[in-house]
Parts: sequence; C-alpha cells; structure tokens
Amino acid sequence: MKQALALSAVAVIALVAASAPVLAQAPAAKPAPAAAKKAAKPVAAPVEEKDAATLEFEKFRAKMIEEGNPAELFEAQGEEMWKSSRGPKKVSLATSCDLGLGVGVVKGAYVQMPRYFADAGKVMDAERRIVWCMVEKQGFKEADLHAKPFGSGTYTPDQTSLVTYVAANSKDMKFAVPLKDPHVKDVYEIGKETVAYRAGPYDFSCNTCHGADGKRIRMQQLPNISTQKGAATAVLGWPGYRMTGNVMLTSQWRMNDCFRQQRFPEPKYASDTVTALLTYMTANANGTTYTGPGIKR
Amino acid sequence: MDTLRRTVLKGASASGVLATALAAGLLKPTQVLASEWNKAAFEAKDTPAAMKAVGAATTAESKDLKLTAPDIAENGAVVPIDISSGIPNTISIAVFVDKNPSPLTAAFNFANGAMADASLRIKMGQTSIVRAVAKTADGKFYTASKEVKVTAGGCGG
Amino acid sequence: MGSPMKVRAQMKGDFADIKILMSHPMETGQRKDPKTNQPFPALFIQQFSVEVGGKVVVQAETGTAISTNPVFGFKVKGAKAGDKVVVKWQDNKGDSRTDEATIA
Repeated sequence: MKQALALSAVAVIALVAASAPVLAQAPAAKPAPAAAKKAAKPVAAPVEEKDAATLEFEKFRAKMIEEGNPAELFEAQGEEMWKSSRGPKKVSLATSCDLGLGVGVVKGAYVQMPRYFADAGKVMDAERRIVWCMVEKQGFKEADLHAKPFGSGTYTPDQTSLVTYVAANSKDMKFAVPLKDPHVKDVYEIGKETVAYRAGPYDFSCNTCHGADGKRIRMQQLPNISTQKGAATAVLGWPGYRMTGNVMLTSQWRMNDCFRQQRFPEPKYASDTVTALLTYMTANANGTTYTGPGIKR
Repeated sequence: MDTLRRTVLKGASASGVLATALAAGLLKPTQVLASEWNKAAFEAKDTPAAMKAVGAATTAESKDLKLTAPDIAENGAVVPIDISSGIPNTISIAVFVDKNPSPLTAAFNFANGAMADASLRIKMGQTSIVRAVAKTADGKFYTASKEVKVTAGGCGG
Repeated sequence: MGSPMKVRAQMKGDFADIKILMSHPMETGQRKDPKTNQPFPALFIQQFSVEVGGKVVVQAETGTAISTNPVFGFKVKGAKAGDKVVVKWQDNKGDSRTDEATIA
C-alpha cells in the first residue's frame, strides 16, 4: 500500500513557520509497505521504499545543487579563510592545519573523518578538528569559538564556512572513516551505545526516530542510520544550506538540534559525545559517495 | 536620444519599448539599470492589478508556454520555477504568484540572442497558482499556470 | 559593493547555458527581528542585467518574492566559447555588484 493516505493527510495547505519544527509528540511511525520490512544489516541494506513526495524532494535537491547551491557562497568564504593568515598568531590554516592527510591537505580529508589525531590525543570530526587548529595554530580562544558556534540569518561562524570549504573538497569521494584504527573503533562503539540511550521527558533515543525503517515526521522520511543506506542519507547533504532561514549549517548543528527535539539538555559543542555520534553514522555510510555540501529543508 | 532616455526610464515591466531598444543593441548595462523599477506592478496586491501594471490587459492561455514547477514545494522560501516559451518572437516573461501579498515576482526582457527561457527561485507564502506571462513582439500576451502546494515540513533534515 | 556572485556559463549545443548565484539577503521588509519586534528593513535586488560578448541579452526587474541568495538561469544563442558574460545587479538601497565569467 502506498504512502498516499499519509501524504494527503500531511499535505498541509498553509506554510507553518517552520524555522523550529516542534516535535510535540512521539513521531507518527507509519508502517512501511511489506516490501520494505527486511532485517536490517549494515552490509545488506534493506529496500527503503520512498514515497512520491520524498522522491520529488530528492530530485528537487539534486537540481538545486546542480544549478546553484547557495552553499557555494559559504564555500568561497571558507576558502579565503583557510588561505589567509588569521588569529593572534597570524598563521593560515593552509600552512598549519593537518586534517589527517598532511598539513594543508584538504582534498579527500572530509570523508576520512572522524579520525584519530595523535597531536590532540582524540578522535575528532571535521568541525571539531578545524576548531582545534584555529585554537592551537592560529591562537583563537576556544571559548570564543564555542560561544556562538551555529549560524543564523544574520551571522555565520568562521568554522561553518571552513567546514563547507573542506567538505566541498571531498565531493564525489567515498566515505572512508578509518574503522580499523582501534581509537576510532572504540569511539564508534560509544556512538552505537549512545544512539540507543533513552533519556529526556519523552524517553527518546536517537533510535526512536532513526533506528528502524519506514519512519517519518510529516513530509520528511527519517533515515535508519544503523544501515549503510540510511546512514548515507543522514550524512549526505551536510554541511548544508538550509532553506528555512537561509542559513549554512553543519552536522555539529544537526546533532545539537536533534538533542533539542528530543528535549535532552544541550550537548556540549564539539564534545566527545557529538564526535561519537558522528563517528557511528559516518562509518556506517562508509563506501557510499559524498556529493558535497547540500541543500536542506 | 531623448526618446530613448524616456523609454529606458519606463523599465522592463512597464512596456515593450525598453525591449525594443534592448533588441536594437542600443543600451548599456548602466542605462538598463538606471531605468525605473516598476513599483506599481511589484506592489500591486492581486494578480489582475499586477498584470495590468505590466501592460498585460488581455491574455490567452498557450500550450507553447511551458511552466515547470514542483507539485509540492519542500520549502516555500525556495521554489524553483523554469519557464520556456515556444511562442515565436517572445520578448519578455513575467512571473506571478496569485496568493502572495504582492503577486509579481520578476519580469525579464530578452534580446540579442537570449532565448525566451528563464529559471528562477521564488518565495511562496502558501499553496497558490503560479503564472507565467509571455509577451511577444506584436504586443500580445500569453499565459500558463500551475498550482504549487506549499507544505509544513517535518524534521530538520 | 555587494558580495561576490558566482557566474557559470557553458556551451550546450548551439546555446550558452548561463547560471547565476547571487549573494543577497532579499529582505522583504515584513520579517520581524525577534529581539526588537521591529521589521528588518526591506533590502532586495531590484534589477539586474546580463551581458554576453558586449551586448545586453537579459534585463530583469525583481521583487521581494525572489528567494534569498537568488539563482537565475538563462540561455543565449549566438554565443560562443570564450565570450565574456557580465552580470550586474542593483538593489533598493543603491548597492550594486558586477561579476563576470567566460563561456566554457
């Protein structure tokens, strides 16, 4: 049975101010058609049937990216920042920051993160690593970079533009989070436990929305991040230009917003927990192709 | 030169006179941009008034005017519209959104090889009919329209 | 001077496919600042021109219903690889921006 009924029920005529969609109750988990009910294994990705609206939205996003994604404007800003001498130490990231493939190497770096950085003694995702470089190499104060880390209609944090530039340099490359590294594997396992951890007033876990096939909230189908296909859907498109508010946002923001929607306390920006979550879902997407900064609802 | 200056001041959406000057290759960008912005048309509160303000008193529907738009807009803030006119001698195209506070979104004049083809991204306040109006060199107007549904989104993905 | 645009132009058969990404808030003047409850003043591109090989090929007038960070696409016959495409916009406050590209 197609999702037609669900579709007409949710095709609300008026545009509700959707800058902060409120998850007022447990998401309506519509049962997926029988064809999609297959055991989920990370390797053999189950068939996640997409309804007409989802398919149209995917086509629309692909067209938008091809014809002109405003994310490119932030990528251009990020490139300039990467190459300029900045901060109290007046040093450029291009000459000082190692994203895992060598100092200054941006090509291919985004899809190989999160990864372990010996100089920091931590597994870090792209944004966290960039902030680390800004602090350690350029002399910026960590507290300043953590103060307002997410974009708004009138403000874009430096690290957002930098992440967009770095991510753009991994376009059309396959995700390859180094799971063979024991440090990364440990953090992956923490991430796996974290997504199952229930808390907050609704007793939600990440898995409540993202742990099984066939879930949706209004017009948005929710990817099952425990599968390769679902994980890919989740990590593709980040960092992304969000049409709601016309703002450039990263996956660090996305994690923060998920916590907010679950009515959890705010996660610490660029913390171990956020890295663990990003490690879990990005590694699950290993082997799939990253299409570059995206465009989001 | 005075006539040219006067016609230039009228702007694209005022009449086809600018289009003629454009086609004659007489205009430089600075002159083009010095022309008046058609305030009356852009501030008209309904489609009939806006269309009148761009000179489109009577229109005829045409299957040769192709308007492509999504059935459902994922976000009303950014709705991609593609217009392609197969009507010979199309010199300008204007786009209206009936239910927007001010329906006229944009008007384009084409000249010197530009095809009567435009893609743009518009804001829509709610589900509405989107209209394309094409003007031909002989002063006739043609229309095509499509309803675009604007929804409440879901999760922030 | 406004923020840089991205102009891309490519020959596709017998026409040049031009894509323009402008950086502009396209503020309608309706949206309110949540902190002050005052509307952000209207700030939007009103006109732009597209020139190919020295001739104006598109002249446009735009309003507040054009999306923030506008994207436009046009097709031009009679153009050829190597021709210069120049785009210039102007907003309601008199700010303007010019950027160019070469047809690939």
